[in-house]
Amino acid sequence: MAKKKTIRTIPQERTPMPEQAPAIRAKNFEEVACGYHPDDALRESERCLVCPDQPCVSGCPVGINIPGFIQKINAKDLRGAYDILTQTSLLPAICGRVCPQENQCEGVCTVGESLEAVAIGRLERFVGDTAIREGWANIPYIEKNGFKVGVVGSGPAGMACAADMAKAGCEVTVFEAFHQAGGVLKYGIPDFRLPNTVIDAEIANLIKLGVKFECNTLVGRLFTLEQMISEMGFDAVFVGVGAGYPTTLGIPGDSLNGVLSANELLTRCNLMRARDFPNFDTPQPIGKRVAVVGAGNTAMDATRVSVRLGAEKVYCVYRRSQKEAPARAEELHHATEEGVEFHWLTHPIAILNDGEGKVRGMRCVRMELGEPDESGRRRPVPVPGSEFDFEVDMVVYAIGTNANPIMGQTSGLRLNKWGYIDTDETLATSLAGVFAGGDIVTGAATVIEAMGAGRRAAKSMKAYLGLRDDDAPYDAGADTLFGIDSGERAFVRLKTA
Amino acid sequence: MANFEIVAREDFSDVTYLLEVRHPLMAKAAKPGQFVIVMLHEHGERIPLTIADYDVDKGTITLVIQAVGKTTREMQDACKVGTSLYALVGPMGVPSTIGHARKVVCVGGGLGVAPVYPQARAYKESGAYVIGVVGFRNKDLVFWDDKFRACCDEFIICSDDGSVGIKGLVTLGLEQAIQRHRDIDEVVAIGPMIMMKGCADTTRPYGIKTMVSLNPLMVDGTGMCGGCRVKVGDKVKFACVDGPDFDGHKVDFLDMMTRLRRYSKEERMALDHWNEDKACRMQKAAEAAVNAAMGTESAAKPANESAKKPAAKRARPAKA
Repeated sequence: MAKKKTIRTIPQERTPMPEQAPAIRAKNFEEVACGYHPDDALRESERCLVCPDQPCVSGCPVGINIPGFIQKINAKDLRGAYDILTQTSLLPAICGRVCPQENQCEGVCTVGESLEAVAIGRLERFVGDTAIREGWANIPYIEKNGFKVGVVGSGPAGMACAADMAKAGCEVTVFEAFHQAGGVLKYGIPDFRLPNTVIDAEIANLIKLGVKFECNTLVGRLFTLEQMISEMGFDAVFVGVGAGYPTTLGIPGDSLNGVLSANELLTRCNLMRARDFPNFDTPQPIGKRVAVVGAGNTAMDATRVSVRLGAEKVYCVYRRSQKEAPARAEELHHATEEGVEFHWLTHPIAILNDGEGKVRGMRCVRMELGEPDESGRRRPVPVPGSEFDFEVDMVVYAIGTNANPIMGQTSGLRLNKWGYIDTDETLATSLAGVFAGGDIVTGAATVIEAMGAGRRAAKSMKAYLGLRDDDAPYDAGADTLFGIDSGERAFVRLKTA
Repeated sequence: MANFEIVAREDFSDVTYLLEVRHPLMAKAAKPGQFVIVMLHEHGERIPLTIADYDVDKGTITLVIQAVGKTTREMQDACKVGTSLYALVGPMGVPSTIGHARKVVCVGGGLGVAPVYPQARAYKESGAYVIGVVGFRNKDLVFWDDKFRACCDEFIICSDDGSVGIKGLVTLGLEQAIQRHRDIDEVVAIGPMIMMKGCADTTRPYGIKTMVSLNPLMVDGTGMCGGCRVKVGDKVKFACVDGPDFDGHKVDFLDMMTRLRRYSKEERMALDHWNEDKACRMQKAAEAAVNAAMGTESAAKPANESAKKPAAKRARPAKA
């Protein structure tokens, strides 16, 4: 770097990202945040101080060389930036959009100590989108090693694991129960946050890596994990089937018509395109007044989908205060802008019947925050005598999920007491050769944590198969791709002979 | 997309039909009591259908379908031998427990005759004494009676109008069976919700274990949305992963019946939309046929699209 940048000489404010106006976007499913223009990206890249201790890299769950790719943007070398990103992050267009950067890379950015942190996520997304638009793909030369790896579930954990194993030379097949791959990225996260076209582009890259996708395949029932190892010739299997199994509050009226899980609402709307009913066959009529219970990211997606489906009034009901809400600040802000009304410290105790089995309202109680519980969050306690009725005709539960029982029902996998798959620190399960990661191990978490788990499992699988670990940092020279150089490839162990 | 090819079709009546679909892996994996989820085309919805039979040698599974709404009627039109389904996933659900019962009654009402058949067969194979009770609205709707009879020690057929067998509902047949045999260990009942409720009510005073196969609305069928949740005893269960078989004496049938109606308005809309669309396509096809007859050049065009062929076929007799 020619001249030394200091906190005083860089642009003082974070470059804003153009967005659709709330009144317009509340009526469509187009992406809210429109992404950086090249000039915006260039300006924002100026703000990185390239500080020596690089806290951002350790703040990233997969350890992207953040200053490296930002410097490439700064040098107007977008292809170079993409090459650096793809050494570690396989799905930059996705991660740049859905990672909670404020708690990760951007949360520890040096610039962020005195100014707004560098917009790392927006820059990553900019590079990822550019690559999709330009049709860039870093397809490394892959020496086949003869190992066959099965991945169960095509969500973020499965995709990340599949990519790593394919790069290591394994023949990878991903099994998905739905008719389309992508997992929660497809059925859960709405297009206005993560367009399906972006997911499809990233999946197309995996297919170019040689990964096979088998949709309409329910592992556990069509064949078991044990059969994959013993009969179908898989040398190792990764299970990333997600948590699923949404919970309800277990209060009177839970089963009334008009009460549904956020997963159901989102699946109908996003994957099955109920928003285009009757051109698509799956219906999802929306209530006039919709209450979404919960305040995580799923709840925000549910409120904002309800707004777009045409609900007159959308409420978000949460038993703690805004400070404890698990949703990203940005999501809460977007939902508020789109007219969602928040009722903090409010908890439903019954759902009221209109006499014909449909929802007519919700009986709630006010809460106050008591002593901190084991998780360190202050426990909400009901205020006696504060019950009141709330007029709604649809209630959406976004209060979390339990472990999906299918794997446990159909295999000998050891589960923990909550029904999640029990793994050791390497993500190995109780069945030899079977690894697991993501929500089915940890319970509901974030997309990037699932991706991190998928990659961690891939590392363990490589060790299990006796493959060289190629995650060691390499200088991306002219003939290295994905950090594997031609000399090193020869060390990949062959399965037979 | 010729993955899930339809290799055979049989029409039992103008509303019920059978499809045999190629899926060798599923034919091998399927067990009595399980179901599949089907999507006809990319714009379709996912509908659950019980696996009525499976043949490992042929590598096929059999579905028996009643045309009641948009999707099932569209399938009735479109699913010809040689065509394929867009999506087919399964086998789903927990297989029925073919327990140690030595004397069982298998009750099938209407279309439910198909899904209860593999259970009757499995019981027969396990050495149980099987009493079959089937019911139809009338004689013309009867199907699979021979097949069913072949795996039963006793067989009772009922019809609403008395045109075949005894006149009355299957609950009457079930009552007769119970009167004749006081040592029945278990009853399996599959059919419309109201019929399963009736069977559970019939056996309750006798304390005979009664299993029913629930068919609530479903989306994914893998336990991730809860659309199919049902009240069983004091618990909420998901029919797709905890069932579909449940103890009929514990199921809250009224709750289920209410929940089954929750999209009735939209279901009608979808059907109307499709009917209008079909009428429109038929008219276009008819015009094309007229043009073809007159030898105009534009006539060949619509016939190229395979989707329009069935409409064209129907259009001709309509014109004649």
